[in-house]
Amino acid sequence: MTHVTDLMRPPFPAERGVESYNLKLGMWVFLASEVMFFTGLIGSYIILRFGVSEPWAAPNAVLNVPLTAANTFLLICSSVSMVKAFAAISDGDQKGLKFWLLMTILMGAAFVGVQIFEYTKLIQHGFTAAVFLEGSLMAEHALADPVKYGAATAGLYGSTFFIMTGFHGFHVTCGVVSMLYLFFKKALPGKYSQHDYRGIETIGLYWHFVDLVWIILFTIVYLI
Amino acid sequence: METAHKRPNYILIWVYLAVLTGAEVGVAFVSHMPKLYLMLALLILAVVKALLVALYFMHLKFEKWTMRILAIAPLPLAAIFILAALTEKIW
Repeated sequence: MTHVTDLMRPPFPAERGVESYNLKLGMWVFLASEVMFFTGLIGSYIILRFGVSEPWAAPNAVLNVPLTAANTFLLICSSVSMVKAFAAISDGDQKGLKFWLLMTILMGAAFVGVQIFEYTKLIQHGFTAAVFLEGSLMAEHALADPVKYGAATAGLYGSTFFIMTGFHGFHVTCGVVSMLYLFFKKALPGKYSQHDYRGIETIGLYWHFVDLVWIILFTIVYLI
Repeated sequence: METAHKRPNYILIWVYLAVLTGAEVGVAFVSHMPKLYLMLALLILAVVKALLVALYFMHLKFEKWTMRILAIAPLPLAAIFILAALTEKIW
């Protein structure tokens, strides 16, 4: 298997001008709009968080940071498996494509699963998008230590947390569904080849973007 | 004329990303840095990780400038938006 490849060689004759094919060009334009979408969410978070004078909950007081750090690592691993799938098919390795694409799907689905588990636990503890539920564990903690748990800003914290991570989770879910389609309809029947792997490269760009956004969100939401 | 690019070592990039993620958690919860320095350190680590993904996994390092410009285009707008949001308190 060769380790030298022209990464910029389009998998089939490119369109004039940008020297890329339309699918890839379209994905980059879509990703540019996605940058602004997530910037809008992050900008709202900044205004809400730094615009209030009352204390915001400490990063590790409400959220399970070690679990999410592990989940972040899982998403990073899925990005590696995605790029390995791309490398495999650009070398004409059908088995490699199927294996690495399946690994990416499984890790992406596991990421969403862990996020659902995290949401379930948080809501059970009384952390919702609106308030700390009355009589819940979180409400008791907030009563005992209102500064650490950001009692006065619980609603803002909850709404920004669930909106940002929820929209990201939705993007991951869309990616997993799209990859499932490509796996069963295209990769398994062997419709990709060394000369045409447009779908894999394009979904790869989307998947890496979703990973990139999570890297930023993890820092902003869970660590700062 | 086409030029051949050596494929990046994806596993090495993965190791960098894993180490940087560990460093982020360490900086956030083990170190006792002042809040402002902590935020700056965490943001720098996040940007380095994001750059690694964009340059090597999304292959922007090997793309032609026409595609790079398309990828970079929204970033100044995003930066203006974030800066405007950060100065909201001043207004």
